[in-house]
Amino acid sequence: MESIGDLMGGFAVVLSWQNLLYMVIGIVLGVIIGVLPGLGGANGVAILLPLTFSMSPTSAIILLSCIYWGALFGGAITSILFNIPGEPWSVATTFDGHPMAQKGQAGEALTAAFTSSFVGALFAVIVITLAAPLVASFALQFGPAEKFSVFFLAFCSFVGMGKEPPTKTIAAMMLGFALAAVGTDTVTGQLRLTFGSTELLGGFDFLIAVIGLFGIGEILLTMEEGLSFKGKAAGINPAVVLQTWKELPRYWVTSLRSCLIGCWMGITPAGATPASFMSYGIAKRASKNGDKFGTGEIEGVIAPETAAHAAGTSALLPMLSLGVPGSPTAAVLLGGLLIWGLQPGPLLFVEQKEFVWGLIASMYLGNIVGLVVVLTMVPFFAAILRIPFAIIAPVILVICAIGAYTVHNNSFDVVMMLVFGIAGYFLKKCNYPLAPLVLAIVLGDKAEEAFRQSLLISQGSLGVFWSSGLVSTIMTLGLIALFWPFLSNLSSKILTPALRK
Amino acid sequence: MSNSPDDPDAAGPRQRHVEMGVAAFILALGAITIFGSLKVGIGWGAEGPKSGFFPFWIGLLIVATSGFNFIKAYAKPSRKLFAEWVQIAQVLKIVWPMAIYVAAVPWLGIYVSSAILIIGFMRWLGRYSWPLTLGIGLGLQIVIYVTFEKWFLLSLPKGPLEDLLGL
Repeated sequence: MESIGDLMGGFAVVLSWQNLLYMVIGIVLGVIIGVLPGLGGANGVAILLPLTFSMSPTSAIILLSCIYWGALFGGAITSILFNIPGEPWSVATTFDGHPMAQKGQAGEALTAAFTSSFVGALFAVIVITLAAPLVASFALQFGPAEKFSVFFLAFCSFVGMGKEPPTKTIAAMMLGFALAAVGTDTVTGQLRLTFGSTELLGGFDFLIAVIGLFGIGEILLTMEEGLSFKGKAAGINPAVVLQTWKELPRYWVTSLRSCLIGCWMGITPAGATPASFMSYGIAKRASKNGDKFGTGEIEGVIAPETAAHAAGTSALLPMLSLGVPGSPTAAVLLGGLLIWGLQPGPLLFVEQKEFVWGLIASMYLGNIVGLVVVLTMVPFFAAILRIPFAIIAPVILVICAIGAYTVHNNSFDVVMMLVFGIAGYFLKKCNYPLAPLVLAIVLGDKAEEAFRQSLLISQGSLGVFWSSGLVSTIMTLGLIALFWPFLSNLSSKILTPALRK
Repeated sequence: MSNSPDDPDAAGPRQRHVEMGVAAFILALGAITIFGSLKVGIGWGAEGPKSGFFPFWIGLLIVATSGFNFIKAYAKPSRKLFAEWVQIAQVLKIVWPMAIYVAAVPWLGIYVSSAILIIGFMRWLGRYSWPLTLGIGLGLQIVIYVTFEKWFLLSLPKGPLEDLLGL
C-alpha cells in the first residue's frame, strides 16, 4: 500500500504546532460562518482566500479546508436549535432535528448530528485516500478529449440530478461559461466580449461572483423574510454525549447507506444538498419507524447529516485528482490552488506529493478537531446566532466588501460584487441553481481549452468525443445524466403498465 | 417566513412577471455573447477554432433556454406573488445603503464608509443606543485595520481621513 506510506508522510507535514493552530482557527471560523446567515462555506472561503496568499500552500489549504469542515458542522447547529438551516444541505436536518430540540432533546440531536457528520466525513476521507491516487494515475493518460468528456459529465450531472427545471439549470450554467469567456482568450490570447471596457479586460473573477451570489444574495433573501430567531436552549454535557454515542451504533445500516449515497453524490457533482435529501428520503422509506419521521426521530438526523458530510468531503476527490470540483466550495478551493501556483489534476499527485498528502492528512485531523470543537463550544456558537440581524447584516456586508476588494485590490470588484448579489437574489427567487453557474465560471476556460484542443486534433470533427472506448463511455454517461429525468420518466411509463398486468 | 405570498389579498409583483423579466435579461446577455463572438470570429482559423467559436455556441444555448423559460413563465397563469411590496421595501432598505456604500469606498476609503454603513444601519433599522452603535461601528474598523494591514499585510482603500491621520 503505497498510499498508506504517503499518508504517513502527510501526517508528518501537518503535525506542526502552527498547522494545528490553523486547523483550530479554521474550524472555529468555519462554524461561525456556517451559523451566520449570508456567510456560507463557499463565500467564507472566497473572502478569506486573499489572506492566505502570503502563507505556504499547505498551511493555507489546511486553514481553508478546515473552514469548509467547520461550515459543514455549523449548519447543523442552526437547523436543530433554531429551525433555520444555516446551509442548504442542512435543510433536511431541520425535519427531525428541530422537533427533537422542541422535545428537550437538543443535546442528543446535536451529538447525533455532529457524530454522524464526523462518520460521513471519515468514510469519505478513507475513500479519497484509497481512490484518489488510482483515479489520478489513470487520469494521467487523459488527452484533451477525455478531459472535456469529464467536464461534460460533471455539468450534465447538474442538469439531470438537480431539482430545478433543466432549462433553468442550463441557462444558469451557460451564463457562467459566457462570463468565463469574457476577457483574454486563454488559447489565442485574443481579447473578446469586452466591448472596449477596460474594467472587463481581466474578465469576471469567480471569487467576486461567489461572494456576491452567495453572500450578498443570501443577505437580501434573509432581509426579505424578516428574520426572527427563536432558538431552543443548547444544553450539551458529557453525559448526554456518552448516552447518545451508546445509542448510535444501532443505526449502522442507515449510517453506511448514507455514507455511500453521500460519496456518490459528492464525486458526481450533485453536491451535499441533494445527497442529504436523498439520504433522508431513503432512510424514511427503509426504517421501521419511517412513519414517525418528522416528529423527532434520531435516525432522521443521522441520515442527512452523514450524507451531507460524506458528499461535502468526497467533492474534493475529483477536485484533486481530475481538477473538476464537486461543489462550489471545492471550486473555490480549486481556485485557491491555481492562485498559489499549483495545477489541480492528476499531475498534482506526482509533482506536489507533499501538498496533496498533507491536505488528505489534514482532513483526518481536521474532522477530529472539528468534532471536539463543536461538541465543546455549542453554547458559544448558539450565542452568536442570537446577535440581532440589524447588527450582523451590515458587518457581514462590510466583510464581503473587504473580501471582494482584496482579491485584486480593485474597487470596481466591490461594485461587481453588489451586481452579482442582486442578480443572485433574483436567480435564487426564480429557482435558478447557483452552483453550476459558479462551477462554469471556474472551469469555463479549462473546458473550452480541452474542447478546442480536441477539435484541433480531429480537424473539427465532433467524432473525436466518440473515438475511443473510454471517451465515448464518459460522454455517453454524460448524456444519460443529462436526460436522466426524461429517461426515468419514460422507463416508469413503460414499466408500470407491464407490472399492472 | 409567513405564507403571505400566497395570500390573495397581499399586493406585490407576480412571480411569473419577475420570471419573465429574469428570462428576458438572461436572453439579452446571451444575445450580447453571440454578438461579441461574431465580432472576433466564430469560424476556423489558422489556430483552429477562433476565439468566438466556443462563446458563440454558449450564447446560442443561453438564448434558446431563456426563450423557453420566458415562454413557460408567460404561459403559466399563476397569480402567485414574487414577494409582497412590504418585503421588497425591506430588501431595498439594504440595497440602497449598500449601493451608496459601494460608490463611496473609492472616495472615502473602506474604513470611513464601513463605519458610516454600520452606524447608520444600527441606528436606523435596529434603533440601538449611541454608545453600542459607535462601539461596534468604530471598534470593528480597528479590528479590520489590525487584522488586514498589520497581520496579513494587505492594503485596503483609504480616503482623506487616513491621509490626515498619516496611516
